[in-house]
Amino acid sequence: MASKSEKLIEVVSDDPMLARPFTIRRVIKESHDTFSMELEKPSGRKDFNFLPGQFNMLYVYGIGEVPISISGDPTMPRTLVHTTRAVGTVTKAMWNLKVGESIGVRGPYGTAWPAAESEGSDVVLITGGIGLAPLRPVIYYLLANRGKYGKIVLLYGARTPEDILYVKQLEKWRARFDLEIHLTVDRATGAWHGNVGVVTQLIKRSPFDPLNCVAMVCGPEVMMRFTVMELEKRGVTEDRIYISMERNMKCGIGLCGHCQLGSSFVCKDGPVYRFTDIKDKFTKREM
Amino acid sequence: MENLERILSEHPFLEGMSQKHIELLVGCASNVVFKAGEFIFREGEPADNFYFIRHGRVLVETHVPQKGPIVIRSRAEGEIFGWSWMVPPYKWHFDARATELTRAITLDGKCLRTKCEEDHDLGYEIMKRFALVIAERLEATRLQLMDIYGNGLKK
Ligand SMILES: Cc1cc2nc3c(=O)[nH]c(=O)nc-3n(C[C@H](O)[C@H](O)[C@H](O)COP(=O)(O)OP(=O)(O)OC[C@H]3O[C@@H](n4cnc5c(N)ncnc54)[C@H](O)[C@@H]3O)c2cc1C
Ligand code: FES
Repeated sequence: MASKSEKLIEVVSDDPMLARPFTIRRVIKESHDTFSMELEKPSGRKDFNFLPGQFNMLYVYGIGEVPISISGDPTMPRTLVHTTRAVGTVTKAMWNLKVGESIGVRGPYGTAWPAAESEGSDVVLITGGIGLAPLRPVIYYLLANRGKYGKIVLLYGARTPEDILYVKQLEKWRARFDLEIHLTVDRATGAWHGNVGVVTQLIKRSPFDPLNCVAMVCGPEVMMRFTVMELEKRGVTEDRIYISMERNMKCGIGLCGHCQLGSSFVCKDGPVYRFTDIKDKFTKREM
Repeated sequence: MENLERILSEHPFLEGMSQKHIELLVGCASNVVFKAGEFIFREGEPADNFYFIRHGRVLVETHVPQKGPIVIRSRAEGEIFGWSWMVPPYKWHFDARATELTRAITLDGKCLRTKCEEDHDLGYEIMKRFALVIAERLEATRLQLMDIYGNGLKK
């Protein structure tokens, strides 16, 4: 279990396997293959409360269901936001949905980032690719409670400048004096004047206190492995590092075993884990 | 000189280096400033020095016909760049271009090579530090080649 605040929030429906139709209110194209959808709850429901890091099972009717993290603002739970990269059958079908159509939602599920527990510390968020989506709710949360934290640093790596998500929002956040954002891309043409190189290279120069920080890491597993090593080189201990795991899911509630990682179910005991709790399984190839 | 000595001794790359060796390095060092857009060196030119960046940002890039410049990595404050001065034939493998006003300390590679031959303790110290830099670049390049954000790992 990742943190005190991980208790599961009341699910949308009494039957946890039943997806409720949400209406698509807005679709925002974030990049050539990634989009955000703003969804409105079915009539009669007030808020959709969730903790930063949790996910929903989204059902494209007639096609299938996939786990997608909630990428919206936990302090404004009336609108549910998901950011999805179209990679396969379900997510590509999702990409083709139009405003006004419905999508099935069940959740929220899973554990959360230790946002409240990190009060008094520096917080360093390290992310790669679509991994920024599950971390965005933490940024909203930390900024809504800004006075309670030390430095807040976001290190974000994308494949190319065109793959950077939430460009306008990052610009706004960058203008704040109380949030440090460092971007890097793996690949660029000469027109790009920012950092080039993998996100792990930013860790060395990043201005957080390694002895009093909490690190939250979200991205592809290889990226997270190298990030953890780099954090350790800086002196961050494993018990202050949190990672979010991805596994294929079906039920999302610990019943089917699809997401099993050793003795742990990623849908229920994760996706957010304290590194010390997942370390053995994380580095095992067979898992 | 005193100023150069202070700047070098405070640079992360030389952390823990003895005073005696810092003084030897200062003998090969000079201050340089590059304007935004200025090329610091170009592929194929003699690699006679390396750089400690004090402020600014430098892009290491290569020119691909029909595609234009492709950026391989960027270097910023507190970092060093250039290691071709250490290995024959002492030629730059890439272009380096400042993207903003960049201040750096440059070390004359020929001067340093001679000092390293004369004082093997200094040579070993420099080798150890550059070995770390080269290993780190190799690892970073491998990660870049894996294209880890592109299509995910489940493919
Ligand atoms: C807890 C959790 C949270 C997640 N949050 C998000 C999120 O916020 N946004 C998001 O876009 N995705 C997220 N994912 C990943 C998402 O669930 C998968 O991308 C999705 O299930 C793919 O389904 P599909 O039917 O479109 O693709 P499939 O038809 O199942 O796969 C098509 C191809 O894409 C590959 N693929 C599958 N998943 C990925 C992936 N994640 N990245 C790259 N390639 C992949 C497959 O190996 C296959 O080659 C999350 C997963 C988990 C477990
Ligand atoms: S998805 Fe069914 S047990 Fe986790």
